[in-house]
Parts: sequence; structure tokens; C-alpha cells
Amino acid sequence: MKPITANFRSKAAQTLNNAQIQESIEHVYTGFFKGRLTAASDTPEWEDLRTKGKAIKDHTIAHLDYYLDLLATNVEKNGGSVFFADDAEEARQHIIDLAHKRDIKTVIKSKSMVSEEMGLEKAMNAEGFETVETDLGEYIIQLANETPYHLIAPAVHKSREDVAKLLDDDFKEGDRVPDATELTMMARKKLRGVFERADMSVTGVNFAVAESGSIALVTNEGNGRMSTTVPRVHVAVMGMEKIVPSIQDLSTMLRILIRSATGQRISTYVTMVNEARKSDEEEGPEEFHLVIMNNGRQNLLEDPQMRESLNCIRCGACLNACPVYRKVGGHAYGWVYPGPIGAIVSPVLTGVKDASNLPSASSLCGACHDACPVKINIPRMLLELRWRTAEGSTDKSERASSAKERGVWKMWRMGMMGRKRFDMGARLAGLALRPLSRNGWLKKAPPPISGWTSTRDFPSISSGSLRSKLSKRLGRSK
Amino acid sequence: MVDQLAPSVGESTVEVLEHLGVNVHFLNDQTCCGQPAFNSGFRSEAHPVAARFIELFEKTDGPIVVPSGSCAAMVRNYYVDLFRGDADLLRRAALVGDRVFELTEFISKYFGTSAISGELNASATYHKCCHLLREIGINEEPLDMLSNISGLEMTPLERADVCCGFGGAFSVKMPDISSAILDEKLDFIEATGASTVIAGDTGCVYQMQGGLRRRDSSVKVIHIAEALAKSIRNSSSTGASN
Repeated sequence: MKPITANFRSKAAQTLNNAQIQESIEHVYTGFFKGRLTAASDTPEWEDLRTKGKAIKDHTIAHLDYYLDLLATNVEKNGGSVFFADDAEEARQHIIDLAHKRDIKTVIKSKSMVSEEMGLEKAMNAEGFETVETDLGEYIIQLANETPYHLIAPAVHKSREDVAKLLDDDFKEGDRVPDATELTMMARKKLRGVFERADMSVTGVNFAVAESGSIALVTNEGNGRMSTTVPRVHVAVMGMEKIVPSIQDLSTMLRILIRSATGQRISTYVTMVNEARKSDEEEGPEEFHLVIMNNGRQNLLEDPQMRESLNCIRCGACLNACPVYRKVGGHAYGWVYPGPIGAIVSPVLTGVKDASNLPSASSLCGACHDACPVKINIPRMLLELRWRTAEGSTDKSERASSAKERGVWKMWRMGMMGRKRFDMGARLAGLALRPLSRNGWLKKAPPPISGWTSTRDFPSISSGSLRSKLSKRLGRSK
Repeated sequence: MVDQLAPSVGESTVEVLEHLGVNVHFLNDQTCCGQPAFNSGFRSEAHPVAARFIELFEKTDGPIVVPSGSCAAMVRNYYVDLFRGDADLLRRAALVGDRVFELTEFISKYFGTSAISGELNASATYHKCCHLLREIGINEEPLDMLSNISGLEMTPLERADVCCGFGGAFSVKMPDISSAILDEKLDFIEATGASTVIAGDTGCVYQMQGGLRRRDSSVKVIHIAEALAKSIRNSSSTGASN
């Protein structure tokens, strides 16, 4: 998928003015966010699990080479094949080549964000393979020709009416809008035939277990189980960070992933795949292929300040908690990963320059850090990226701050470096703003405060500073 | 911010501390902890301002009390990033940081949440400012303190722990997003029917008050230091408490 992170502001503005999307997206708070809180409070050892989850991920990422090697060895020992792809293009081509070699006609996909990085569905359809998303949300998004809005709820921004229009060719404006069950049955009917004729599947990987060479998939619709059992070729795709050392670790990670994602104690399906069909077995795919993709993750791995973002297990809890995501929506972020986690990984994976608005689009409220099941300190990394794009990057072309902005902060610094200058600066600003002020407030102010007064009144500078007021009160002060 | 835009918050802070028997000193030379530039990415500009803060305050003794969870968090949690690689400043920043407390944190830690029992006739609701809640870890303590004020009728605020949209420079740089977040907050505030909102950080106070004024709402937003100081003043004038 081609990043278009540069359009954040305009895309955000469109969503802010879309009442239907604002209403639909509320579900991420009232449903997912609240669900996670309930699940966490029903789990007495919740904080210990988070601490353990973080430790597992810290350890794995610190020894990633070792665990990737162990995983590949074990997958091959089980009879599967492993392909390490440097980037999305290489991964995509590998899968397309494989499909050609195996004379594939129909490909079913279960939900995978990594395959979104590859733009796989579109590319395979363009190559002549009938390629169909089988996760309900992803299927809706495919029919709408859009990209996922949310890590676990790709069509969360769609109303039931939107979905009815996509699934029911006969649906007309003004018709009774089918309920969720009816809509699901429509999709099921359409997808059933595709499942039956599919000869290849591409699934994601929630976790790969290094010690056993198995992959685990978490789904609620059964499409994951169908995808890993029906077609004769199964290809699983994963980012190289989606790995845990052992089955015990998997158990910990599943507990925090599922609770953090939907608030469920366990998802309807947890599918484990160790290998393709054995010679004495009657069912299951004939081949199992694992594609492990880098696609810029090495940049995160080699970056001590950003490495922690590789701990992400893509549960979406930070999106649900984020007041900015809930207003600007998923498409504003312009690439595969929206929300707070997207704001820190997209700039590093797709280039800081175009994505410089993403780290700025935050009130730094910290709700993401609080919600993250593996305690990724997202605000710290947002601040790190703000610094790099303002002035810190050693590559000058990555610095996105304007001369005006730099000038403002230089003036600010000069004003803050001495108390006399500080008071004088405030006095001058107060004098300049006084003609605009009514009853201690401004309705309109010149830049840089004009952004504020576009929607809110701004307080006037006080007629006396705290220092002057306190000097009367605290005679003894220095 | 408090110094030039909201001196009454500072005065109230002194009043509250003195009421508790604290001997308060104000460093006349102080300006800012550096957070605005740091949060905007201009660490080279924030650095000398923050170093100046350390130089001034390391010459003092005793706790350093600030009426802002955000400023306290900057010194305690983010100087480590600002001074990265400078062992000397990091050491000194840690020594100063250990002495920094947000006002309600300081009161609940050293005096208890029932230390102030003033009087204030108002119907109010309390907004949990993000940095005080999540960076400093003060959650229910301010509400406990407010529950000891007689005459103050508190109504719970729906989504009290969700951001008001302020975020410092964010509020100016991306005003449309900041205001959309604010609007949700103001809807919940107005739904309480309270005439006063109490909050712990001046930036958030002005974000909410500025938005309420634009709505022509009569709801007032005050800093918790102001609420506490006023309640102390009221009760001492009626002789209800010491």
C-alpha cells in the first residue's frame, strides 16, 4: 500500500465534518474501550500479565535474530517453507509467483495487516487470481474499495445502511435496513462458494511460536479456520516482530491480546497451525508457506529510541483510547497502521518527511500508553519524532519545521532565559492584545494564537504577574 | 502560564499551602520548565530553559510544589529525554525532580485528603487532567479533597478521564481536532448541570473555559487551587473552621 501520510490534515477535516462516521466510530469507545476495562478488572492478575507480556516482547525483540532462526528451522523441520522478504514488493512477488507455479485460480484471504502493507489483494486480482477477503469487515472494505479503518474492525466507520448497499445489489434508498445478523447471512452466502472453490489461502499471523514452528491465529468468524484447512496451499504472512519464544509465552500473549482487543476472555476461534497435511491424514492443505517480512522494521530495530514499538501486538487498544483517532478516523493516517501506534511506526517505516504531521497530531494525553497491553510508551516516541522532524534529524531533508516556527521558539527561549525579559515580553504581548480584549478575554487574536481563537476565546495577559502579586504577600522571598 | 495568564492560581496555591502551615518561598527569577518547546520538538530551545530551571531550584531546599501535573511531569518524567547524554545535568535533574510535587499530590501525601475542610456553595464537576492522572498518578485524591468542602455539591462527569483536547501547542497547531475533542468534553460538562468545572491544570482550564465562552455558556471553569483557597477564605470569614 502506497503511503499518503502527507494528507493528514485535510483527511482529518473531512472526517470531523462527517456526522455518520463520528457516530459509527463511537463504538470503538463504548464497545472496545469499555470492554477492555471490564475484561481487565475481571482479571485479578491483569497488571502482572501486562508486565510479563512486556518482558516477553522486550526479550524477544532483543534476541530477534536468534528467534527468527529458530522459528524458520522449526517450520522447515515440520515440512513447511519459509521465505524472508526484505520489503513488501518482494513478499508480494513471492506469493504471486507461488500462485502461478501452483496453477491457482481462487485465493481467500483472512485478515492480515501485513498483507495490507503488500497491497496483496489488489495485486493478486490484477494478476488474474480471484482474490477475496473473508473477514466480514475486510470483505466490506474490499467491496467499498477502501482500506481498513481500524486494526481489528476494518469497517467500523460504516453504517448498517452503507453495508447493506455493498452487500445487497437490490438495496435501494428508503428500504428497510437489514440488521447485523441479516447482513452477516448475506455475506456468508456470497462467501460460501468462494471458500468451496478456493485453492490457496493467505492468512495473517497473530503470533509465531519459535520453539515449535507453529503459528497462532485469533478470529471470531471462523474464516481463519476455513482458510487454514480448506485450500490446498496455505500461505501465512507475518511481520518479523510477530514472534514469541515458547507456547507458554503464547498463552500469556493471547490472554492480553484478546482482552485488549475486544474485551473477550477468549476469541471464538484460536487456530494453531504446525504443518501441512501429513501423508496419513485425509484433510488439510498440502503445503504450508510462511512469509516473514521486514519492510522497514529493521529501521525500528536499529533505533534505540523507537525499538519498543516492535513490541506492538496490533490489538488496537491505543486507537480505542485515543481522543484524536476517535475524531479524525483511520484513513487520515494515510497508511496501514492508524492511531497512536501508526503515528509512531508510519514515520519510521514510510519516511519521516511526509509523515511529519502524524506525531504532531496528539494532545499527549497518554491514554494510549495506559491502554497498551505491553505498555509501549507511545507519548515518549511521539515526542522523539517531533524533535526529529523539528530539528533533531541528522538528515536535513527530514526536518519539516518552517523558518517561522523556528523563529517563534527562538524568541520564546530568549524570553525565558531571564526574568526581566520574561516580564517585559509578557507586558509587550499584553499591550498588543489589550485593544482586542473584552472582559479579560479575546475573541480574535493574531498568529500564533489565531489558531486558538478560531474556535475558543483566549485569556488576556493578566495586569500583574504572579511574581509582582506575591512579592507583596511574601516579603521574605528572594 | 500561571505567572502571566493566571496569577490567581499561583496566589491560591500559596494561600492553600500557608493555610496548611507550610512556609512558602517563591523564586522570583523563575520562568518556565521548558515544556512548551520540548513538546513542540525544539529541544535545543527547551534545553537551556530547563537547565536554568535546574540551576535555580537546586539552590533551594524542601519540596517544590507546582499547581500543574503537566509541569511536574515534564521535570520528573521528561528531563531524562531532554538531557539525554549529559550525565551531570541528568544527575542534578533527578535530584531536583525528586523534590517536585503537583499541588494535590503534595497535599494528599503530606497532609491527607481531608486536611482542608472549607466551605463553598456551588454545584461543580471535576475533570481529570491527563498529565496529573497518567504521568503523576493522581486519580481520586482531588475528588476526596473536594468532598470535604461543605456546601460543594459534586456531580460526576461522564468520561472525566478523557482529554479535553488542550495538548499545549497542539491546540493552536491543529485547532479543528483540538476543538472536536473539546466539544465532546463540553457536551458532557453541560449534561451534568453543574455551574462550575474544577480541574488541575491551567491549560485545560482555559481550553474548557474558552470553549464554553464561545458557546455562550455561563459555566465557569476554575483551578482546584482556586476552589480550595476560596473555600478556606469562606470558612475563615464565617468562623466555621479554623
